[in-house]
Amino acid sequence: MRPFRPLLLILLLPLAGVAHAKDAQLERGEALFRQHCAACHGYDGMGGVGVPLALPDFQYSVTNKYLETTIRRGRPGRVMPAFKSLSDADVKAIVKYIRHWAPGKPYRYPVEPVRGDREHGKQLYAKHCAPCHGPNGEGGKGTGVTFSRPRDLPIIPPALNNPGFLAAASDQFIKATLMNGREGTPMVSFLKQGLSEQDINDLVVFVRAFEDHPLPVHQQPIETEQATIVYDSEYDFQTTINNLKDAAVGNNFIIIREQKLESGFVPPGQDNPKQHIIYFCNFGFLNKALAIDPRVGLFLPCRVTVVEKEGKVKVYAINPERLSRLFNNVELNRLCHEMNDTYVSIIEDATL
Amino acid sequence: MIRKPLFLLLLWLLATPALAEDLLMARIPMTFPEAMLKLQNVLKAHGQTLSRVQRVDIGLTSKGYKTDKYRVVFFGRLDEIREVAEKHPLLIPYVPHKIAIFAEEDETLIVAANPASLFPEKDPALQKFVRTWKADLEAIFHDMREE
Ligand code: HEC
Ligand code: HEC
Repeated sequence: MRPFRPLLLILLLPLAGVAHAKDAQLERGEALFRQHCAACHGYDGMGGVGVPLALPDFQYSVTNKYLETTIRRGRPGRVMPAFKSLSDADVKAIVKYIRHWAPGKPYRYPVEPVRGDREHGKQLYAKHCAPCHGPNGEGGKGTGVTFSRPRDLPIIPPALNNPGFLAAASDQFIKATLMNGREGTPMVSFLKQGLSEQDINDLVVFVRAFEDHPLPVHQQPIETEQATIVYDSEYDFQTTINNLKDAAVGNNFIIIREQKLESGFVPPGQDNPKQHIIYFCNFGFLNKALAIDPRVGLFLPCRVTVVEKEGKVKVYAINPERLSRLFNNVELNRLCHEMNDTYVSIIEDATL
Repeated sequence: MIRKPLFLLLLWLLATPALAEDLLMARIPMTFPEAMLKLQNVLKAHGQTLSRVQRVDIGLTSKGYKTDKYRVVFFGRLDEIREVAEKHPLLIPYVPHKIAIFAEEDETLIVAANPASLFPEKDPALQKFVRTWKADLEAIFHDMREE
């Protein structure tokens, strides 16, 4: 017996190693998920700024490849970033972790593309899908599951005209989603809604065709230069401040606060009086912006800073168009464009 | 022998470089008041002065809009603010620094802009400032994630 024992151990060792590596992969996946995904999808995978990932119907309908491609490509213009710098091993580990919420075999799809009548699909889409996914597949207003404010649906319908989605989703996956729906979400089975399998094929062909007309140009992420808007004022320091307040009010804003740049950092009265901040807000706009992306409060309400240095008066503000790039949210780009025009018009009114 | 992979894994976890994300975000598994208190303590522990808390939610609800708890926390260091005013005026609208903090049911999210995404400019003095700012933010977010 004796000589066998070490042999047995040697034989078992690789097995132990495999089990160990598996656990390590799961742990690694969990750590990565917590770091990169949980802020949006929740520690429990039940969603937040992002959609839920833990629901069994979702899990059984997606392939690992779908999950991997989604992580790599993200959803351009729909908040979910593209994780380009994660290693392949990292992406696999994350997928493994996502899978632990609903263990079992995910569905395997045939590879054949779905054939159907695109025109008929278009009609069906306008009737059955557009109310939720938008007339052009642009998705609902806002994203994911937001707990912080009232909404019409518990989960905001994702964008379907999205290059990240279309790259990840096979025809058969889209078909299965329409046939079966996803229990626990507003996405129901359209077979049960009375559509035929052929109708569903037609719809798949129509959704696939979103690939042919990418996002309209005004929805493309905006490229602009600097993060800061700067204007020289033709007026003295105090007149510039007064002009800015008048211009903000004239543009339907409420002045909510004025302070010095150093206020809160030095005892009152000891701050540099020639660095003045004016905060102004339009609460209707703020409310609309937060509904689209709750993170945008980072740059609202609006603020202008007036500084006098060496006899020159300058006005500084953030450049909202540049900031909108950080959010990867086309819907927000439009609002940021609006905000940009407002800043420029207020500052120009006040300084020129 | 068996321990080695674990040790290596640990090293790997520790050595993973921070990714270049445009927005820093973290989900804090705490209610809003607890997370807010923690943020105040973490900022203090990092030598930051909390200069003001803007109560965005109060402003909204006073105008009839519905929202859960939403605040913006302003913080920084006096020497930094003076350095910005003196040497990097383009950063003026971005100081004091900000973290948005808001409730998602019984958890809380914090968000900040990655300054390196906003100021990729090559000017070395500006870069140094932006690097420190980013490192400070990352350290704060790291501590906020810790149990
Ligand atoms: C009542 C609103 C509603 C209607 C109507 C609706 N959907 Fe959905 N749909 C959703 C929601 C919400 C989701 C996200 C479900 C989830 O989070 O898992 C979804 C998910 C999907 C997905 C998967 C997208 C992804 O990113 O995983 C596809 C594809 C889809 N819907 C297509 C359609 C089509 C085509 C129609 C019309 C036949 C339709 N939907 C009708 C609300 C709707
Ligand atoms: C900044 C927020 C954010 C982060 C971070 C994020 N996501 Fe997402 N994710 C979203 C949003 C929003 C959607 C839905 C897009 C839409 O509404 O069109 C989404 C969609 C998805 C989908 C498709 C779900 C479906 O129903 O088809 C998967 C899978 C996914 N994310 C996985 C991840 C993983 C894994 C990570 C981390 C590596 C991650 N996400 C990080 C916001 C995020």
